[in-house]
Amino acid sequence: MAGNHGIHKWKWVIFFLSPSLIGLLVFMVGPLLYSLRLTLFDWNLLSDPVYVGLDNFKELYHDAEFWAAFKHTLTYIMIYTPFVLLLALGVSLLLNRPLHGVSFFRAVTFVPVVSSWVVVSLMWKWIFNPRYGLLNYALAQIGITGPNWLFDPDTALYAIIIAGIWKDIGFITVMFLSGLQGIDESYYEAAKIDGAQMMQRLRHITLPLLTPTTFFALIISLINSFQVFEQAWLMPEDYARTGTSVVVEQIVNYAFRYNRMGYAAAMSWVLFAVIFAITLVQIRLQKRWVHYDL
Amino acid sequence: MTESQLSHAAAAPGAIRLHPTRWIVDLLYYAVLIVLALVMLIPFAWMLSTSLKPTEYILSVTPQFIPNPATLDSYRTLFDLMPMQRMLGNSLFVAIAGAGGQVLVSAMAAYAFARIEWRGREIVFLLYLGTMMVPSQVTLIPLFILIRQLGWVNSYQGLILPGLFSAFGTFLLRQAFLSLPRDLEEAAFIDGANHLTIFWRIILPLTRPALATLAVLSFMQYWNAYLWPLFVARQEIFMTLPVGLAKLQGGPRALTQWNVVMAGAVVTVLPILIAYLFAQKWFVRSVTLSGIKG
Repeated sequence: MAGNHGIHKWKWVIFFLSPSLIGLLVFMVGPLLYSLRLTLFDWNLLSDPVYVGLDNFKELYHDAEFWAAFKHTLTYIMIYTPFVLLLALGVSLLLNRPLHGVSFFRAVTFVPVVSSWVVVSLMWKWIFNPRYGLLNYALAQIGITGPNWLFDPDTALYAIIIAGIWKDIGFITVMFLSGLQGIDESYYEAAKIDGAQMMQRLRHITLPLLTPTTFFALIISLINSFQVFEQAWLMPEDYARTGTSVVVEQIVNYAFRYNRMGYAAAMSWVLFAVIFAITLVQIRLQKRWVHYDL
Repeated sequence: MTESQLSHAAAAPGAIRLHPTRWIVDLLYYAVLIVLALVMLIPFAWMLSTSLKPTEYILSVTPQFIPNPATLDSYRTLFDLMPMQRMLGNSLFVAIAGAGGQVLVSAMAAYAFARIEWRGREIVFLLYLGTMMVPSQVTLIPLFILIRQLGWVNSYQGLILPGLFSAFGTFLLRQAFLSLPRDLEEAAFIDGANHLTIFWRIILPLTRPALATLAVLSFMQYWNAYLWPLFVARQEIFMTLPVGLAKLQGGPRALTQWNVVMAGAVVTVLPILIAYLFAQKWFVRSVTLSGIKG
């Protein structure tokens, strides 16, 4: 078997692996380590970097603007996550019924997922326009005076959350759908013989056996929503931003607007640490509620 | 009455009763599904409708769904305001080159991990897995500094290369390559084939679904990317569509020409929607597998 032994073999390993490995080291591992080092420096890209120890983190600890952004991000997550999971669960149960034309509805639910956030943000910004937008017009038809949405710091975040839920329902739905299709038919057959009604089957078979999918969807949506950026960046009117700034927006502002590379890097590591910690907690907690079998 | 007659008699009224309820339930499902489809599609319809309206009809308090008169004026304005052909070309080039490059690099690395045995393979693969956990914001700043030092701001390599080396792609393809039986290449080796022939002639053709999944995912990510190209493509001639589109709403906000912005959104979203129409299965699969959104 020529080509599978000795030095000859290593030549092949290097041939196949090096483009990816070098790329990963240069564009991923290197920047990762560099970023960690950067947190200890004050650097505006122009003058020489100044070593400041942990000052960036100390400053961050007292940075009211950063914590406001953190709070908005948490608010986003606390509202977005339950809604998107529950709605997607409902939609996936609807789409799992063998109806004629159900594939059309599946396809439609997924359209916002493939669209870019820039398109979705601008589309919804126009819909949320308090004067000429579609939404407040519809609300007016049923006698509700809609809020000023993206023009008001108190309501702008909710508009952003609604757009986020709308865009991601299809994404979580396909996860639930594949989870539903993975449930063994025999459970339902056994339940039918026992005379279980639809709601009983849902409660005692579908939902418990769907918990691994729910767990995965929860982890993914938490990770993704900590990184919420485009919609919060593009949707609100400037004077409503005090109510909508999010963590990634702060990172971007400090890096590219105020040219404070070290400080922005410190922020990104705090974000990473929080995501990491929350994911770990979720993995710990899963034993209490995730069933891999009945 | 015999036992079989008894059960028949018991089943018959049940069957008659069950039938209409199933109909009603189906009807309810359809009703909810239609509402769902409307919620998903109306924003897109409104975007299209707005883009076809003359400027003086945009700010009308009663929204008009079918534009009357309909005009392509906003598209003309859009193409006058911005080098749209160029941006469309940039987006296509970046997404196709990025997807092609990512599939090739990932497939080569996956081959080294799945089909060649070498010392240290597991450890290097763990390094790959580890990088998948890092949120992109952490490497954003050092990556930008790197690209800046390389003189790649406003360049295609700056837009494409940093996203090319995804450990996830390698991971996905490694799984697919591992699923192929070993004897496949044994026979080829005996016939004197080398690794490159086996990779190109045997492994790749047999794993087309996995390659397509990764290609679609990668295309979608490049096409929809906003944050990275926003800072790398500062000059219009290097901008991709989302970056150009987001710029349209800049300036004094009250002056946003929504018909032009929506025309830009249509141009940005249409290509990916057409791709989705033809390759729906791959889009859904790639998003489900990766847990990565557009």
